[in-house]
Amino acid sequence: MGSSLDTFFQQVFNGLVLGSLYALIALGYTMVYGIVNLINFAHGDVLMVGALTAFSAITLTQALAPGIPGWALMLMGMLAAIPVCVLLSLLIERVAYRPLRNAPRLAPLITAIGVSILLQTLAMLIWGRNYLTFPQLLSSEPIAIGPATATVTKLLVIVLSAIIMVALLLLVQYTRLGRAMRATAENARVAALMGVNPNGVIAATFAIGAALAAIAGVMYASLYSVAHFYMGFIPGLKAFTAAVLGGIGNIPGAMLGGVLLGLIEALGAGYIDQISNGVFGSNYQDVFAFIVLCAVLILRPSGLLGERVADRS
Amino acid sequence: MSSAPRSTEEHRRAALRATALLALVLLVLPLAAQWLGPAWVRTLAFAALYVMLALGLNIVVGFAGLLDLGYIAFYAVGAYTYALLASPHLTENFPSISQAFPGGLHVPIWASIPLGAAIAAGFGVLLGAPVLKLRGDYLAIVTLGFGEIVRIFLNNLNEPINLTNGPQGITLIDPVRIGQLRFDHTISVLGLQLTSLQLYYYLFTALAVLCVLVCVRLQNSRIGRAWMAIREDEIAAKAMGINVRNIKLLAFGLGATFGGVSGSMFAAFQGFVSPESFSLMESVIVLSMIVLGGLGHIPGVILGAVMLSVFPEFLRYSVGPLQTQLFGRTVVDTEVLRMLLYGVALVVIMLYRPKGLWPAPQHGVAPRSTPPSAARSQADA
Repeated sequence: MGSSLDTFFQQVFNGLVLGSLYALIALGYTMVYGIVNLINFAHGDVLMVGALTAFSAITLTQALAPGIPGWALMLMGMLAAIPVCVLLSLLIERVAYRPLRNAPRLAPLITAIGVSILLQTLAMLIWGRNYLTFPQLLSSEPIAIGPATATVTKLLVIVLSAIIMVALLLLVQYTRLGRAMRATAENARVAALMGVNPNGVIAATFAIGAALAAIAGVMYASLYSVAHFYMGFIPGLKAFTAAVLGGIGNIPGAMLGGVLLGLIEALGAGYIDQISNGVFGSNYQDVFAFIVLCAVLILRPSGLLGERVADRS
Repeated sequence: MSSAPRSTEEHRRAALRATALLALVLLVLPLAAQWLGPAWVRTLAFAALYVMLALGLNIVVGFAGLLDLGYIAFYAVGAYTYALLASPHLTENFPSISQAFPGGLHVPIWASIPLGAAIAAGFGVLLGAPVLKLRGDYLAIVTLGFGEIVRIFLNNLNEPINLTNGPQGITLIDPVRIGQLRFDHTISVLGLQLTSLQLYYYLFTALAVLCVLVCVRLQNSRIGRAWMAIREDEIAAKAMGINVRNIKLLAFGLGATFGGVSGSMFAAFQGFVSPESFSLMESVIVLSMIVLGGLGHIPGVILGAVMLSVFPEFLRYSVGPLQTQLFGRTVVDTEVLRMLLYGVALVVIMLYRPKGLWPAPQHGVAPRSTPPSAARSQADA
């Protein structure tokens, strides 16, 4: 019987794993919102498409060439998912969002919901409605990190997410594209006057977000060993909460918000039994994210690190 | 047709004729549909139910401009309230209640419908109060979260005290009873044998007509105009002396009331409620109905509701056998087709006809089409 401190560390570790995923997905939401003031409702479903594409690629390869090691399959799955998600996201932006850039606020939002439904339908048509078992690619032997137990997959999630987030920060801070993105996010018209192609920058933002979502999708499916057409909805919603928590439009904010939300959720789910004397169990885990969302929006709507949205005047 | 402008008297008579014709059609419709098959009468009854829901959501989204994605939560509250008041669930699980009501809990509809409506309205105000200062996108997400929270609670409130019976739902709900007549039997009225489905259709249509009347009166009242003012420009509305907070709460509350009434009727009709019927998809379906029909325009909303509740059924009967003929099997499940329809409706309408199929006529502007890329920032009443 481990001590309660051990449980605490375990929950913190779980929270970090969950939080890393939320951070990756939240980055997609926050970047898009920062640049075009739109909640990309379909982002969670892009994650779903990534996971299912990787699933198909991996199972197909496993059938054709059985000897390939797990890590190679996972890499291949990600490399298959990324271009699919990027193309899909670019298509969505071009067809559904770009014509409505100047429309009243309700229109792109409703369109985004419609796109989300369409993606789910597409997934149902291609992959069916059943829950698909995502293959266990990496060993599930428990590894001890201090008092907590981890698996290779969980460690991979944390490490890979960290690497990607650092890379994104470097991209946004030190490259031409990053400067263009920041400029367009601040004021698209003036950026255009400075020689930035706003359509190109917006497309690049969607593409980067989609790539992150694809990777997050593959890792999410590996963690939970399941993939199905509705899997993007809840992670998408929670990731948006994370983005708002950190400050919408704020890239470090999304990272912080993601990790924080993961911790809140893991610790909450772990201790809710004790706190509520058994009234509420861990099946209320999803409610935490919504409570956090409401609390943030009511108490501190600009988020922890402050929001950065486009100047619309 | 005379070329001179018609007088008010002529307009009134024309309107009266149209109303009489419509009433006749509505009365005869289930009898005709019965001939096609009882499933069609069921579809018509659900269409009336969806009309009520759409009208309710139209108050929140169409009149007041508050995008509510968790609307189905009020439907759920109304349904579960009726279910708890008119089924053996409470008496079976709580000995104190079974002692207080030895004959079982069978609250009649003239009490349970207002109660369901009132509790739903309470939830509406509960949702509205913290979200008053949120703008469009955030409001949508928070209301979506609210809807999901309600569903999660309904799904899990079966321990430690069994309020909602969790995922299994509540069964054996009483049907509607007017006096001694129970709506789950075939009743003979004026020489006609009306089946249970037809009776429910008449009840729902009567309620829907009532809802339409309420909505029309609201639309043309100070409250309705206040809603539209808030929708167009909240700050200007405040400057005109409108109490924005109360008006918004009123919108949420009234919209929720419509949802609650529909929910109670749904529970009575189906005899069974479970959390599955109250997912986000249902909220989106009602939203797509009002978007397709014409946001903020009552005839448009009714059109959208009827179209999107009847057409999928029509597809099921035509596309299903068609696929088997062409491909030998069902390539596309009709459930998937239904979802596809809603998604396409939302996207296509927003891109090409953002005001809906039957938008409100613009005041003082000659009709012309507006390309979506040049859509102005003024939505119109």
